[in-house]
Amino acid sequence: MIDDDRTLDIREGAVRFRVLSAGRGPHLVSFHSFHERGGWSPFLDRLAARYTVHAPFHPGVQGSSGVETLDDVLDLVLAYDELLDRLGIGAAHLIGHFFGGMVAAELAATLRQRAAKLVLVSPLGLWRDDAPSQDLLILPQEDLPAVLFRDPASEVARRWAAAPQTEEETLAAQIESIQRRASMAKFVWPIPDKGLQKRLHRITAPTLVLWGDADRANPVVYAEEWQRRVKGAALLLVPGGHMVLHEAPDTAAAAVMEFLGT
Amino acid sequence: MKICFFHLMPYRFLPEDFENRYRSVWVDVPHHLYDPEKTRGLYHEFLDELEFAEAQGFDGLCVNEHHNNAYGLMPSPNLMAAALTRRTSRAAVIVLGNSLAAYNPPLRVAEEFAMLDLLSRGRLVAGFPVGTSMDMNFAYGIDPTTLRDRYHEAHDLVIQAWTRPEVFAFNGKYTQVRYVNIWPQPLQKPHPPVWIPGGGSVETWEWTAKLDYVYCYLSYYGYKRGKATMDGFWEAIARVGADDNPYRAGFLQLVCVADTDAEAERLYFPHVHYFYQKCLNVWEGFAEAPGYRTVKTLQTGTKPQVGAQAKKIRQSLNWQKYLEQGYVIAGSPRTVREQLTDCIKSLRVGHLMVLLQIGSMPKELTLHNTALFARDVMPHVRDLWPGYKDRWWPSGVPNGA
Repeated sequence: MIDDDRTLDIREGAVRFRVLSAGRGPHLVSFHSFHERGGWSPFLDRLAARYTVHAPFHPGVQGSSGVETLDDVLDLVLAYDELLDRLGIGAAHLIGHFFGGMVAAELAATLRQRAAKLVLVSPLGLWRDDAPSQDLLILPQEDLPAVLFRDPASEVARRWAAAPQTEEETLAAQIESIQRRASMAKFVWPIPDKGLQKRLHRITAPTLVLWGDADRANPVVYAEEWQRRVKGAALLLVPGGHMVLHEAPDTAAAAVMEFLGT
Repeated sequence: MKICFFHLMPYRFLPEDFENRYRSVWVDVPHHLYDPEKTRGLYHEFLDELEFAEAQGFDGLCVNEHHNNAYGLMPSPNLMAAALTRRTSRAAVIVLGNSLAAYNPPLRVAEEFAMLDLLSRGRLVAGFPVGTSMDMNFAYGIDPTTLRDRYHEAHDLVIQAWTRPEVFAFNGKYTQVRYVNIWPQPLQKPHPPVWIPGGGSVETWEWTAKLDYVYCYLSYYGYKRGKATMDGFWEAIARVGADDNPYRAGFLQLVCVADTDAEAERLYFPHVHYFYQKCLNVWEGFAEAPGYRTVKTLQTGTKPQVGAQAKKIRQSLNWQKYLEQGYVIAGSPRTVREQLTDCIKSLRVGHLMVLLQIGSMPKELTLHNTALFARDVMPHVRDLWPGYKDRWWPSGVPNGA
C-alpha cells in the first residue's frame, strides 16, 4: 500500500520527481528500471514493513519530468542528490534494479555520504564483450516475457504481459512505454558502459549484489564482475529470472532485510 | 514540374528465403550474405543508370545515405555524387542527403557539399535528413532522445559556416569549434538549395515550412498512403502563412513502365516483390528506437514505415495489391501517365522523384524502364504546374530555375 504519491520539484521546477512512499523506519530509496510499469510492487510493500520506502520515477517517466535538462549520468546523480535534500534525507539505504541499480551505484560512488547500505539487483552499467546484456530497451513486447521472467507462463509474467483492452488504451500504453524507455535510454545508449567501472572503487557503503539465478537479460557473469569491483560486496543468487523482485518477492525482501538490518 | 531519377543502390542478390531466414535487412543483416564478386561492377552499373537518366532528359539525379543496409549500398552518397559530377553536366545533383547528426564535427558536411557544389558548377541540392532510426540510433549509435536536437544544432552550424562572412566561434551543446572557417565555400549564394527528406514527423513539417525549405516525403508506400503526410505538410505551410507553391514539396514514387499493363507485371513483378518482401524486412526492434519520434508525433497514431506491423501488411501483397494501393504505379505509358498525374496533383508536388531501379532489377531492365518513362510519360506531366517558379532549384543547372 502506498501512503503517499506526491511530486517534488528541484531547480525551480526544471526537474520534477513523482515519488511514491510508504512505511516507517529508516529511509530506503528504490530506483526502478526500464520495465517497471507501476512504480510500486509487492516487494516494496514487504520492505515498507520495516523501512520508509521512497520510490521515485526517473525524470521523464510517468509524473516525473525534466529529463531533457539532464545530459548525462552525472546530471542524473546530482538531480537525485537534490531530491534527497527535498525529501529531508541525509543518508538512506539505496536499492536499484538493472538501470536503477546503475543509478544507485553511481550515486553511492559519487556522493558516498548518501548511501547507508547499497543493494544492487542485477545492475546495469558494466559491459563485457564476451557476454553482452540483452538489448532490453528495444526488445519487442512479445519477446520480453521470455527474457525477463524465469517462467514466461507463470502468473506473474502473464499479469505483467497483459495487453490493454481498447485501441485508445493500447496507444496510451505504447506511448507510456516508449517515453519510459527513452527517458532512461539517453543515459545508457548505445552501450551501457558510461565509465562506472572507473568509479566503483569509491563505493564505501556495505553492498549486496542480488541476482536471479536464471537471469537471461543480464547474465550472471556480471554478478561476479560486480562483486569483484565493489570492495567487500556480498553476492546472493536467488531462484528467479531478471524480474526476480516480482517473481520471488518474499525471498528477495527477506534477503534484503537481513542484509540491511534495521 | 521537375522530374528526378532516384537511386537507392540496392544489393540485388539476397537469397530467395531471405525474409524467412533473417530477421532484418538493416542493422544486423549478416555480411556473409554479401558477395563482393557479384558486386564487382555494381557501382558502375548504378552510375551508368544515373547518367543514362540525365541523357534521357531527367531534371535531377538523387542519391541518399544508408548504413548497415542491404537495399542501400550508399553509406556515402557524396562519393557517388562526386563521380556523377564528372560525367554529367545538365542535371541537378540532389544529395538527399547527409544525416547531419552523424558527422563530427558536422562541418564536414558543409565542406563536402561545398566541394560538390564546385565540382558540379552549382548543380547541388543539399539534403539534410534527420536520418532513420536504423541508420542513426543503431548503425551509428546516436542516442535517440537527443538526435533531433543534435540535428538542429548541426544544421545551424552548417548554414552559418556557409553564410557568415567572418571567421567565428561556435559554442554548441554538441559541437564546439573555436575557429569556424570552411574552405572552400559553395558556389551557389547564399548557399545551395536545401531539401529536407522526412518520414512524417509533425515537427519536421513546421520547421521546414518556417525555414522555407523543400520538404520531401521519401515513402515506399506510394502516393495513396502518402497523401495524409503531404496534407499534413501543406497544413503546416498554411499555418506559417507561406504560399502553396508546389515546388515546396517533393515525393518519391516507385514507377514501372512497359508496353502494356500485362507486360509490366511480367517484367517487373519479381523485382518489386524483392523490394517489398526483402528490402523492407526490418526487425521490429530496429524499426524505431525509444525516443526517436517525439511524443507529439506518436500521438498522431502513425506507425513506423517498417517493423512487425508493416511486415504483416506487406506479406499479403501481390501485383494487383501493389497497384491498387498505389505502392507502385505500373503499366502501359497511358496507365502510368494517368496515375502519375493523379499523384502529382493530389499531393501537390513540384519535385517528383521516381524510383525506376527497384529491388533486384538488373541494368538492362532499369534502362528500359527509364527510357520508356522518359519517352512516353515524362513529356505528359512536365507542364503540370504552370505559373509557379521553382525557387529551390540549383542555380548552376543550365536553364534551370
